[in-house]
Amino acid sequence: MALALSPSTIRSPGAALVALGIAAFLVLFLVVPVAAVVYVAFTEKGGGGFTLVNFLDFANTDLFVRSFWNSMYVSAMTVVGASVLALPLAYLTTRFEFRGSALVQTLGFLPLIMPPFVGAVAMQLLFGRNGTVNLLLDDWFGVKVGFMEGLNGVIFLQAIHYFPFILVNLSAALRNIDRSMEEAAQNLGSQGLRLFRRIALPLALPGYVAGASLVFVKVFDDVASPLLLNVKEMMAPQAYLRITSIGIDDPMGYVIAVVLIVIAVVTMWISARALKNRDYATTQRGGGGLARRKLSPRQSALAYVLVLFLLALVLAPHVGLLLLSFATIWSFSPLPDAYTLAHYARVLGDSSVYIGNTILYSGLAAAIDVVLGGAIAYLVLRTRLPARGALDWGAGAALAVPGVVLGIGYLRAFYGVKLPDGTPLAALWIMIVLALAIRRLPYALRAAYAALQQLSITLEEAAENLGATKSRTVRRIVVPLITGGLLAGFVTSFATAAVELSAVLMLVQNNSDAPLSYGLYVLMQTPAGRGPGAAMGVIAVIIVAACMALSQIAAGRAQRSREMEI
Amino acid sequence: MYRSIALAAVLVCAAGAAFAQGGKVTVVTSFSKDVTDPIKKAFEKAVPGSTLEVQNRNTNAGVKFLEETKANNQVDLFWASAPDAFEVLKGKKLLAPYKPKATGIPEKVGSYPINDKDGFYVGFAASGYGIMWNERYVKANKLPTPKEWQDLAQAPYFDHVSISAPSRSGTTHLTIETILQGEGWAKGWRTTKEISGNLRQVTDRSFGVPENVNSGQVGYGIVIDFFAFSSQGAGFPVKFVYPSVTTLVPANVGVVANAPNKAGAEAFIEFLLSTTGQETLLEPSIRRLPVRPEVYAKAPADYPNPFKDKKLQGLLTFNADLSEKRNQAVDVLFDQLITFQLEPLKAATKSLHELDAALAKKPNPQASALAKEARDLIAAMPITDTEAAAPEMHAAFTGGKQKTARQAELEQQWSAFAKEKYAAAKAKADEGLKLAR
Repeated sequence: MALALSPSTIRSPGAALVALGIAAFLVLFLVVPVAAVVYVAFTEKGGGGFTLVNFLDFANTDLFVRSFWNSMYVSAMTVVGASVLALPLAYLTTRFEFRGSALVQTLGFLPLIMPPFVGAVAMQLLFGRNGTVNLLLDDWFGVKVGFMEGLNGVIFLQAIHYFPFILVNLSAALRNIDRSMEEAAQNLGSQGLRLFRRIALPLALPGYVAGASLVFVKVFDDVASPLLLNVKEMMAPQAYLRITSIGIDDPMGYVIAVVLIVIAVVTMWISARALKNRDYATTQRGGGGLARRKLSPRQSALAYVLVLFLLALVLAPHVGLLLLSFATIWSFSPLPDAYTLAHYARVLGDSSVYIGNTILYSGLAAAIDVVLGGAIAYLVLRTRLPARGALDWGAGAALAVPGVVLGIGYLRAFYGVKLPDGTPLAALWIMIVLALAIRRLPYALRAAYAALQQLSITLEEAAENLGATKSRTVRRIVVPLITGGLLAGFVTSFATAAVELSAVLMLVQNNSDAPLSYGLYVLMQTPAGRGPGAAMGVIAVIIVAACMALSQIAAGRAQRSREMEI
Repeated sequence: MYRSIALAAVLVCAAGAAFAQGGKVTVVTSFSKDVTDPIKKAFEKAVPGSTLEVQNRNTNAGVKFLEETKANNQVDLFWASAPDAFEVLKGKKLLAPYKPKATGIPEKVGSYPINDKDGFYVGFAASGYGIMWNERYVKANKLPTPKEWQDLAQAPYFDHVSISAPSRSGTTHLTIETILQGEGWAKGWRTTKEISGNLRQVTDRSFGVPENVNSGQVGYGIVIDFFAFSSQGAGFPVKFVYPSVTTLVPANVGVVANAPNKAGAEAFIEFLLSTTGQETLLEPSIRRLPVRPEVYAKAPADYPNPFKDKKLQGLLTFNADLSEKRNQAVDVLFDQLITFQLEPLKAATKSLHELDAALAKKPNPQASALAKEARDLIAAMPITDTEAAAPEMHAAFTGGKQKTARQAELEQQWSAFAKEKYAAAKAKADEGLKLAR
């Protein structure tokens, strides 16, 4: 490990300009719309003056306090559960000769792409009180297991849903560890779990912490899974329920939104503190240092059993979804009554527009995220610009802004702004892209941050000593070396943007501009729409997975051709 | 020369007007694709040159959307079930009045006036509330078939019933309001809480209830009729019944104020009320009750007909004014007394069911008295109906304008009240159970 080095002290006007540009973007598309909505949290009833009494109400209301601790408990336990799922998959597929690594990595990512609503129905049909598993258990042993009951049900669902965050970030980090580190330890007699615990995991810590903090904040902020299990006594569902119904004029919904944002920022701050003053960079990169270890036949068999079991567990929802998309009627029975292709036939016509829009919106949003995320990470870690941390916190806070708050904020801030022909600015589809980009920016940012933390600054210094300019160094050294991390960020942002619903629902103005998640939502409001909805969900998953695979192949090719050059 | 130019100008204008008759009609609706698609198709066929642009939003989000975008409105029509949503829009001056030209539509369906008395919105279909259940579920668990709301409060139904929160679903709100108006404030809440003690879940979407009944996750659901009818239409093994305390309420459509295509909006309303428009309501995926009586001739057998069926005529007269006054109070009461206190309420109810069973075997007057006390504790309400409908109560729920109690304060008081009463009720029931055994 290289010695801890301070970031380069050069202050370049270019960096300052970039920082200003990013700040302007964040203010315009995040701060202004959100402030337009949440200022209510600080206003007094009747007078309209500034007050903190609403926060006092929050602390005095049993329901909110209970919800707060429930959310804390669920988020923390989900991180534990998700780590248990992600660690073996990440370690085995990155550090060992393991056939099918790429496949495992791709499949392991799928749980993150769970289309809204249908995913929930599929999970209920499999794990619910009268789902497949429980009906069979009841038949055979006369018992039922409450997989989906209460807070533990939420933890079960969330761990499956969000563990890819840890998997992706940890895998990227593990791949970056120089093989010589492990070799050195092995030469000194370390092996097995000790080798993992003392060498691989500590070196990959930035990736793990990036993933784990994302999981924590996302679970804290997630509305869909708790509501699917009818668990309402958590923070984010409380905010959502109030903002969209009874408390529409009440400040409490916005107070909770403020609390969510604060929790997200604090989590990000703690995770940054945890990694501060340590250096995770290893210098030897790109060359032959990334060889993988071999497993003995017995270890190998064990590894396959473990991996298959984990995959079966985390992919169960998708299997359920697939069954549902071919099912005629599936009601109170372990499997559907009969199978049909009719649902696919019904959605095929409609979905081409939705698919096109989804790829366009999510692709653009993810591209924006990678550029912004990479730039912010570079500015924070490699420059000494004043207040550069604010960019990081600002972008990180986006994680906790409830989608519906952002959606309403966009309408409020931009609907009054008219284009020359009278159409409101907020009615343009580009606004959906921007909302998605803001919502998913933290994913790309965390990934870029972790990648850059692992990159030793000595490489850049060497380039600059050889006379390269700052921008040339960034272009030729930094960007190529953190491509893996950036790609992980792109894929995460893209895939999750493709199934985002809450903000989209507020902003879609007409069917021809709608993405898949909206089409799905519309279908899933009727009994006859369940099958077609599932079919559309399957199509969404396939499209997103195909795009991910393509980008991975492309990146692999780019990497190889670069290695050739070197 | 000039004359011909003038003539040409007039012709162009006329052509423009004719085009505007059709053109793009934008509608914000809570109705699903299954409902809007067939109607869109029929409308575009009936009025050539027009296209119907459907924006699907749930009722509350739709209201919010119109409110947020009123400065630069691009929407022609609002189209949804819940009459209260239209009342809210009317109150915020977001609707424009329109009197339909169509004739042959009665004044009332059941005992509810079809159109808004001030002419801001028009009813085009009727729906009633009732109980749906999954036959496979009921058979597997050997459960009974319900007929009345009160049936759902019986012991066998414990943990098998589902409802959506009235604060989240305009239709459930009307169901609760119907029970409250039909049985009176105190008795109505007693019934509601007794049923709620048997709840498996309170969902946050109206459609969550039929969804869970259809897939067999819960046995019974309290729903609006068309959810059950369209589930049957899709092939699910479900049944439905109208209890005797129900009401038929029209689903509505209204022209939005400053609509960009007002003529097109009006054409759409006329189409909905025409015979062709009304007949599309009978499609298996829609299954609403048309407001044009002659259309029922084309309906499938055993389709409910509110203009003929005796059961659907003597229904209670729904007081929309009263409903509007205590709208938020009822929603918040339900949330604080039931949704967020479901566990204590269920615990007390469970003890009561056990006590009843013990008493049935071996009568014990002292234990019976305790059971009655426990029931009264559960039924207790923190506020009276006069308080619920008072203007100060309304003001507490409407944000920053008036200086009244804050919503959060009231909520905390009410939930603490319920928590204490339910715990006391459970203690009484448990005490009675000891005596009865």
